[in-house]
Amino acid sequence: MLDRLLNIDRRIIFAVLATIVIVAILFPMGLAIQISEPAKKLYREIESIPPGSYIFLSFDYDPASMAELDPMALAVIRHCFRKDLKIASLGLWPQGVLLGQANLEKAAQEYGKEYGVDFVNLGYKTGGIVVISGISTDLRSIFPQDYAERNIDELPLLNGIDNLEPFKLVVTFSAGDPGVRHWVMIAQARYGKKVGCGSTAVQAPAFYPYLQAGQLVGLVGGMKGAAEYEQLVKLPGLATAGMDAQSLAHAVIVFSIIFGNVIFLLKKRSSSG
Amino acid sequence: MKRQIPLIITFIVGIVMVVQYFIPRQPFAGLFDTFNRWFLIIAVFALLLGLMNLVRLHANKLRRRNKGWGYSVVLLGGLVATIFTGAKWGIGTGTPFNYIFVNIQQPMGATMFALLAFFIASASFRAFRARNIDATLLLVAAIIVMLGRVPIGNILWNKLPLIADWIMTYPNTAGQRAIMIGIALGTVSYSLRVILGIERTYLGGE
Repeated sequence: MLDRLLNIDRRIIFAVLATIVIVAILFPMGLAIQISEPAKKLYREIESIPPGSYIFLSFDYDPASMAELDPMALAVIRHCFRKDLKIASLGLWPQGVLLGQANLEKAAQEYGKEYGVDFVNLGYKTGGIVVISGISTDLRSIFPQDYAERNIDELPLLNGIDNLEPFKLVVTFSAGDPGVRHWVMIAQARYGKKVGCGSTAVQAPAFYPYLQAGQLVGLVGGMKGAAEYEQLVKLPGLATAGMDAQSLAHAVIVFSIIFGNVIFLLKKRSSSG
Repeated sequence: MKRQIPLIITFIVGIVMVVQYFIPRQPFAGLFDTFNRWFLIIAVFALLLGLMNLVRLHANKLRRRNKGWGYSVVLLGGLVATIFTGAKWGIGTGTPFNYIFVNIQQPMGATMFALLAFFIASASFRAFRARNIDATLLLVAAIIVMLGRVPIGNILWNKLPLIADWIMTYPNTAGQRAIMIGIALGTVSYSLRVILGIERTYLGGE
């Protein structure tokens, strides 16, 4: 009996998880979301930037992690546009460019912002840490054109901007390397820029030392962090909607761990006895 | 000479990059910018090399009709289609490239990653065992953080999110910091070995 339970067909576990996630999405419970301090810190930092200032966003992720990072990127962009901040962006990951652009355009429509005047997307350049280093001193030589091959001299937002100096804050949405670590190493540690980040839940624990040392001004971690940021800007979106499903999925996994261990201990006891 | 020239280049570039960090003035600042630009150009060629290798690998698989050759057809077809549409019409919103990205690549990428949740659930049942004290500590911490980081944790016990935050802020940060310092020391020592020519495995053949 115990052996049968221990060797349960994994498709049963898959089916249970799928059912719970689908039910939670179809019938939302609206569980209350508690906002963590790292997410509040990033919100407060952006909130403190005067309207009309420049902010730099880096979309360092791909479709595999868009479920976590897209909602937080959209929430931060909405926050920036609502505050009339001017956004320049790039992607250290090639696919991040278009994912970021989609979010920028979506938020721009809502707030009546114009490409080239209120936001620009510089695109992708291979090199990671070297790209950060390059734009910190000479943005124009690294990105003579934007993501759609427009000359950046034709983009009014970048008039008179030659490096990262005018940007009050850099926020990276990161699913791995190159990403948060490199922005902290170069933009923060070397050039003294304030850096905040949104990261996947898996990565977030690795960035707590940066947060504690003040090298990151804020941290939005995983879909939970994205939901927290949506609550902070009072614009509930996909992350808030997904929190019920994530809650129940976590509960299923925790139940699986406990159930598996109880059977394991019972079996151990019966075989030793 | 075949080995000495790369070693000399590595030594000069390595020393300049170290020195410019502490003396960000001319001529080191200029050399730093020049080396950075060279790196960006070389990185593009590395990308091209990877692309050519990928095409050769799958073309060979296709020619020999190896097992799974159908996937190579899809890969090469997708590669040609994205390169062609991107080069001809650009990658902006409303272009064919963007259509492929939004309607094919995005859902496929998201689906592949989403499958992970199912394997984690299955693995958590089969493999996450409290076999000893270390494993038990890890298991208890994982359960607290997993529940404490989602809204349901607060419903189960309102202290759970606080304990999860404490675990993340103190034990986790201490552990992560130790790992980071270890990695940093390892990187410094490895870099010095490379710059001084002691470590030569990157040249191949040794």
